[in-house]
Amino acid sequence: MTARSYSNGLFGYRLSAVGTVAALVILFWVFIALFGPVLTPYPPGEIVDMDYFGPMSAQFWLGSDYLGRDMLSRILMGARYTVGISLAAVVISCFMGVVLGMTAAVLGGWFDTCLSRFLDALNSIPSKLFGLVVVAGIGSSIPVLVGVLAVIYTPGSYRFARALAVNINTMDFVTVARARGERTPYLIGQEILPNILGPVLTDMGLRFVFIVLLLSGLSFLGLGVQPPNADWGSLVRENIGGLPFCAPAVIMPSIAIATLTISVNLLIDNLPVRIRDRSE
Amino acid sequence: MNSQVVSLVLGRLGVAVVTLVIVSFIVFAATEMLPGDVAQILLGQAATPEAVAGLREAMHLNDPAILRFLRWLGGLLQGDLGTSYANNMPVADLIGGRLANTLKLAAVTTMFAVPIALFLGITTAMYRGSLYDRGVNTLVVGVISVPEFMIATLAVLIFAVWLRWLLRAYAMPVITLSFVISAQMIRMTRAAVVETLKMPYVEMALLKGASRPRMVLRHALPNAIGPIVNAVALSLSYLLGGVIIVETVFNYPGIAKLMVDAVATRDLPLIQTCAMIFCLGYLVLITIADVIAIVSNPRLRK
Repeated sequence: MTARSYSNGLFGYRLSAVGTVAALVILFWVFIALFGPVLTPYPPGEIVDMDYFGPMSAQFWLGSDYLGRDMLSRILMGARYTVGISLAAVVISCFMGVVLGMTAAVLGGWFDTCLSRFLDALNSIPSKLFGLVVVAGIGSSIPVLVGVLAVIYTPGSYRFARALAVNINTMDFVTVARARGERTPYLIGQEILPNILGPVLTDMGLRFVFIVLLLSGLSFLGLGVQPPNADWGSLVRENIGGLPFCAPAVIMPSIAIATLTISVNLLIDNLPVRIRDRSE
Repeated sequence: MNSQVVSLVLGRLGVAVVTLVIVSFIVFAATEMLPGDVAQILLGQAATPEAVAGLREAMHLNDPAILRFLRWLGGLLQGDLGTSYANNMPVADLIGGRLANTLKLAAVTTMFAVPIALFLGITTAMYRGSLYDRGVNTLVVGVISVPEFMIATLAVLIFAVWLRWLLRAYAMPVITLSFVISAQMIRMTRAAVVETLKMPYVEMALLKGASRPRMVLRHALPNAIGPIVNAVALSLSYLLGGVIIVETVFNYPGIAKLMVDAVATRDLPLIQTCAMIFCLGYLVLITIADVIAIVSNPRLRK
């Protein structure tokens, strides 16, 4: 592939070379998250290497961890937790944020004011602190993590969607629909949503990155996915002892997180302007 | 400054106060969800039911939650932060030195990061599209896209493992935090300057023959000061998330480490106070950013 080659990407839009590579990396990780358990060369929970923090070898492609478990298998399994939990959280938070944001924009009045005030307050709690306190409080399990991450990122999504919806709401076709006597669910679903969908999906991608980062951070602090299961953040935490001798066990999960988040950011940066710039 | 600006600023400050009250309620509610009976935990497994009941009574644990919330809030306002459950010391004593340590870390980081970030942000905007600009941008996207702990471990890897530099205690946390907040600051500063450079009067300056540095520094920059200061204040709020990770990784005796430890021992008053300090700091920075945005808006000037 040459540097200037373009492919006809999503929805017939052109995607630059960087964007294509980023999209391929994301698809790769989604594939791993779906089929990871079938691909693992060793059972991820079993000690298979006599050596701990083993180097990369033909037998253990990514070395072994602090107990001598196969690192490749653990990363393949970890993809499921990191990608799965983040994806679930981002879908919930964006769904809640966008629906509430559009409703607030259409209804206005005290509903809008009270909701905006409350969600702004929620937004002014640093996300890591919020996650720390709540997860430590009610204990860490996967549903709790998904719920907490979704709640933390709902206000941002709400604010974004509301700002866009307020602009659409003043347009003539919405006024006409309202004069026709359409109800709020129809207004937000049929009139407003189609007009803000592009920027909302872009925002969802950015929020996905934030969620992956926060989830990894919480796991790194020991408050995320609990042993014996491990997402990529937990893998870094478990194997941090290998850092002084550059063990692949601590470097590889870090690279996994970085490739995922950087790819999503790059894909969004390289999206066609027609989709992206509507958000400004 | 006219009356419109004053009323806008006062309105913003009012919103900040209301937000703080709601935040305190959320913090209180979140810590209330912690499982386990506090009196039972304090007295240990061997305590008689009578002793537990007595302590519950003495600590007002039987009162309705809203009453305890108001009492706690009232105490905070009077400077009474409560007593730590874990070692029975006043929370204020535990926090004092730790808070100073964290503030010191934040101050040193700010001193390093702000000038560097402003320089990079302005120069990349000045030479937009050049190799230099693209190089810095790639680095910035890289730093923004990875978790803070990864930057911290990378710093350890590079400085301690490969270069074998024996750095002073501050150096590693400061380097890590500087990277985290500079990345945001460079990005926002660059965007603010690029936005200003699109204005017709900047083009005019270029057409009349001003050099590129003169065009940016004399003509564009004075008008971008507002957005830039706004960007600096907003980026500094990333410090708060950063210190939680950095203090844990480097075992730095600051308030974030204190709080992470308090979470482990379920020390409610300590968690609540630390959380409030964090939220207050965050809110102050965001409010300053907003106020600066209002005050520097030329359309509101006379």
